[in-house]
Amino acid sequence: MEAEGAGVERLNRENMEKTLKSSDIKLAERPEGYEGAGFFATQLDKVVGMARKNSLWPLPFATSCCGIEFMATMGAHYDLARFGSERMSFSPRQADLLIVAGTISKKLGPVLRQVYEQMAEPKWVLSVGACASSGGIFDTYSVLQGIDRIIPVDVYVPGCPPRPEQILDGILKIQQLVESESLRRRDSPEYKALLNKYGIE
Amino acid sequence: MSNTNHEQIIGIIQEKFEDEVLSIEAPYDFLTVNFKKDRIVELIQFLYDHPVAKFQFLTTLCGIHYPDAKQIAVMYQLHSLENNWRIRLKIYLPENDPVTPTITHIFSGANWMERETYDFFGVKFTGHPDLRRILNVEEMLIFPMRKEYPLEDQTREDKVDKMFGR
Repeated sequence: MEAEGAGVERLNRENMEKTLKSSDIKLAERPEGYEGAGFFATQLDKVVGMARKNSLWPLPFATSCCGIEFMATMGAHYDLARFGSERMSFSPRQADLLIVAGTISKKLGPVLRQVYEQMAEPKWVLSVGACASSGGIFDTYSVLQGIDRIIPVDVYVPGCPPRPEQILDGILKIQQLVESESLRRRDSPEYKALLNKYGIE
Repeated sequence: MSNTNHEQIIGIIQEKFEDEVLSIEAPYDFLTVNFKKDRIVELIQFLYDHPVAKFQFLTTLCGIHYPDAKQIAVMYQLHSLENNWRIRLKIYLPENDPVTPTITHIFSGANWMERETYDFFGVKFTGHPDLRRILNVEEMLIFPMRKEYPLEDQTREDKVDKMFGR
C-alpha cells in the first residue's frame, strides 16, 4: 500500500516538474538533502533560509527621489513581486527588511532609528542611493552623513538615484545574506557587539 | 508702486520717529527703512494702528548676517492690504549679543518666524512665548546661517581632496 502511494506521489511530482519545465515559472531550488519514499531530510537552517529569502516583507522608508525609483521597482514593469517581496509592510513590527531610500536629515535620524528598533529580529537593512549611504550631495549641517551612523546596514545600493535594476540587485544581495544566515547569528556575541556599537539594546 | 506712496509712508513714519530713522532706500522700488533698534516694536505697533497706513499684515521676518560689519540684521516686511503698500524695515544688532523684543503680541504669525531667526542666526527675541529651535535638531550647538560656521558637515570622511582633483 505504502509503496504504491509513494509511487503515485512520485508520478505526480514528475508530471508537475515536466509542466514547470515547459513554462518559464521558476521555483525556488530545493536545498541539498537526503530523500526517500515519502520523506525528505535536510538542515533546518536551509529550509528556514529558503522560506525567509523568498518571502521578505520590506518596510519602505522612502523620503525623496530614490523613493520614486523604488516605486518603479514595485511597479508592474520591474515588479519586485517576482522575488517574493510584494508585500510592503507599513508596520515595522511585521517587517523583515528596512529599505531606506532617500535623504535622511539629522532631525529624521531618531525616527529612523526608532523604526529600526521596533522591527523584530531577524531584520535586514538596505540603504538605497547615495544620500542614505553617505549623505550624497547633501554635505551640509542638517543632513545625516549616511544612515550607517545610526543603524547597521547590510547592503548599500549606489546611485543618485539608482535605477530599479540596481535596487533589484540590492534586494537579491539581501536575499543571498538571508538564505545563508545561520539561525544562531542573532544570538552571537559578534551580533550583540555590533548592535552595542550603535547603542541599541 | 509709485514714489508718491513712498513719500506718504515716509511722511507717516517721520511724523513720529524722525530721529530713529538711519536711512531710507528703495532697492528694486521696494521701500526700505533702516531703523534704530530700540523703538522697532513701537514703530510696528504704530504702523499697525495708524488710521491711514494700516500695516496689518506681516509678510515675513528674517535675519541677515553682515560679517564685515559684525552685525546681524533683523528684517521685517509689512503689507498694508487696504492700500496695497509694502514696506521693509531693518534693524541692526551687534553680532556678539543679538537681542531684540518680540513682536508676537502684534502679529501671532511672527512666532515661528522668530523661532526660525533664532534657530539660524541666534537672535534672542525677548518676551517670545516659546523661543526654541524650530527646524534644526535641538542638540545643535551652532547657528548655521552665520558666516563663521562652515556649511559642510565636518564629520564626513569620504571627501578626500585627491579624489576630487583638488
